[in-house]
Amino acid sequence: MKILTGNDLKTGAVTWWTGVGWSLDVNDAADVGEDGAKIIAREEGVQNVFAAYVIDGEKTAAKDGWTVRPAHIKDRIRALGPTVRPDLTLKPSDPEAVNWVI
Amino acid sequence: MYKYDSYDQQMVDTRVAEFRDQVRRRLSGELTEEQFRPLRLQNGLYLQLHAYMLRVAVPYGTLNSAQMTVLGDIADKYDRGYGHFTTRQNIQYNWIKLEDTPDILADLAKVEMHAIQTSGNCIRNISSDQYAGAAADEVVDPRPYAELLRQWSSFHPEFLTLPRKFKIAVIASETDRAAMRLHDIGIKMVRNPAGEIGAQFYAGGGMGRTPMIGPMIREFVPLDQLITYSEACLRVYNRYGRRDNKYKARIKILVHELGKDEYTRQVEEEFAHLLGQGIEPPLAELERIKQYFVDPAFEAGASDELDLSDPDFRLWVERNTHAHKQAGYVIANVSLKPVGGIPGDASADQIRLMAQLAKDYSFDELRVTHAQNIVFPHVKKADLYTLWKALDEAGLGIANLDTLGDIIACPGLDYCSLANARSIPVAQKISERFGSAEKQAEIGELKLKISGCINACGHHHAGHIGILGVDKKGVENYQLLLGGCEGADTSLGKITGPGFDENGIVDAVEKATEVYLSNKQDGERFLDTYRRIGMDPFKEAIYG
Ligand code: HEM
Ligand code: SF4
Repeated sequence: MKILTGNDLKTGAVTWWTGVGWSLDVNDAADVGEDGAKIIAREEGVQNVFAAYVIDGEKTAAKDGWTVRPAHIKDRIRALGPTVRPDLTLKPSDPEAVNWVI
Repeated sequence: MYKYDSYDQQMVDTRVAEFRDQVRRRLSGELTEEQFRPLRLQNGLYLQLHAYMLRVAVPYGTLNSAQMTVLGDIADKYDRGYGHFTTRQNIQYNWIKLEDTPDILADLAKVEMHAIQTSGNCIRNISSDQYAGAAADEVVDPRPYAELLRQWSSFHPEFLTLPRKFKIAVIASETDRAAMRLHDIGIKMVRNPAGEIGAQFYAGGGMGRTPMIGPMIREFVPLDQLITYSEACLRVYNRYGRRDNKYKARIKILVHELGKDEYTRQVEEEFAHLLGQGIEPPLAELERIKQYFVDPAFEAGASDELDLSDPDFRLWVERNTHAHKQAGYVIANVSLKPVGGIPGDASADQIRLMAQLAKDYSFDELRVTHAQNIVFPHVKKADLYTLWKALDEAGLGIANLDTLGDIIACPGLDYCSLANARSIPVAQKISERFGSAEKQAEIGELKLKISGCINACGHHHAGHIGILGVDKKGVENYQLLLGGCEGADTSLGKITGPGFDENGIVDAVEKATEVYLSNKQDGERFLDTYRRIGMDPFKEAIYG
């Protein structure tokens, strides 16, 4: 799948396009198919998000729904947070979170 | 310490107000990111992997307690409770919000700090010896000259759009503690046979993808020509540096392509031309600056006695302190490298504690080192035990300076958007494996430096052991280098061979230390043994 990511203008936080808006959780990311460039042009025009780009991702079933996993390690670390500070990541209480990156 | 005059303060305050307005316009949509990006970068605000990152300049690595306190407060108030001290003797914050940035810069301006020229193709923050003004071996205190150069290079209109970034280091002793020859320009303050102080110039050093050791281009520049000569060096570079290719745009490529002699000839020609033009500040300005760097009120006759009955304290004194020029005083290093920790990171509380301790025990002064540690430059020996106790209680009393535990590591793929691989986890694993006091005592001085990509922010070329993160088809991979050094005998490390995964690189480091231990002769450090026996025995042990 193709997913769309960028940074929130005010906070700089990494965000993911959900199909209707932006979420901090990569698992909310929607498949944008071929529409990435169009969505970027529109959303950056609205000024909420910047530095947006399209990446490859993979959606897999998990016990509580599904997970979306960016293809490249750099985007997986963006999605999670610094692997050396689990307390500051998206899943501070999940001891397995770092393994998901690697 | 230097104190801003009204010009300095006005420049910085005006800049804060200007940026406040730019941020307002960006948030309201008047400015696009494309328009805003160069403006934020000029104020040290980058976009990194997870958020905005703010890089704050620490001129020649010197801080007073009030400044250090504000650095801690910023970490608490606007970031996530910590800051990262860098190899450029600066501090970076990783989780800054755009809307807070003007307030942060205003807080900094109140203590005479800013983030100007911490990005972009200009003259960056000038680095220096972290022991300046305290070391027993210095010819003169290098900081007044660094300060003069700071004033010259701040907002210098001709040098705000150089072909590429430009880094200057100023030192004043034979022992180079600032990697001077790996800078675009390195300046060493020296005394000539007539006993006069002057500046020795080196040009074209650097790390990055094409590491070079800067050759000497002028043995002695008199003090009343220091700025003019610097101007000439920059002018030749500005005119002929390779603007066509970002990877060839640093001055090291120009000096290398022209040859040192031709570059020097052009500089001398430009220098002769500039000499008559009155651009040199009067020597009185240097004298004015020097007054801010007079020695603190050392206690005459302070005792040189140290009670070393506490073995942990004794170890720390042996490892982490350095001779002071003043009897009864000592230079103390705080290692920001706890076993398994993140090199260079300090919590807001730790930063404020160091500020307070500097006030109590080091004449209000601290230094940031290029090895990502903190220095208390002027500690009375009688206070040393109390100081160490207080540091140790806060996890800052680690005795591992310049050993395998004292690793330099860039932020790498955990924070940096240019990275190929993570640096910090590798540093953590190595420090865990070699962190024990016994291991450190056995191995002794060994400087290990890790960069997460070829840009070399972690100085991997200059490590006795260097590690470079590369991207091998989307998987992190690490190359091993041996034999680098950033001191007076600067050398560049050589790659051993094919790279390793994260665990493999730690094993390879261990094998390298084993080769050292089984070959070392009396008093040899790892680097000395490597230089004597060469790469082959290491290769054999590592690749079998
Ligand atoms: C995280 C954001 C950072 C970015 C985007 C960044 C970017 C770069 C780039 C592109 C270069 C190569 C420049 C060239 O060769 O033309 C470089 C070099 C360098 N940077 Fe960084 N860097 C970052 C963080 C750091 C940190 C945290 C430190 C200190 C730990 C640092 C210190 C240096 C040093 C010492 C060099 C090599 C010396 C030189 O050749 O200039 N940088 N950086
Ligand atoms: S060396 Fe590379 S990975 Fe490390 S901070 Fe510099 S640019 Fe980032």
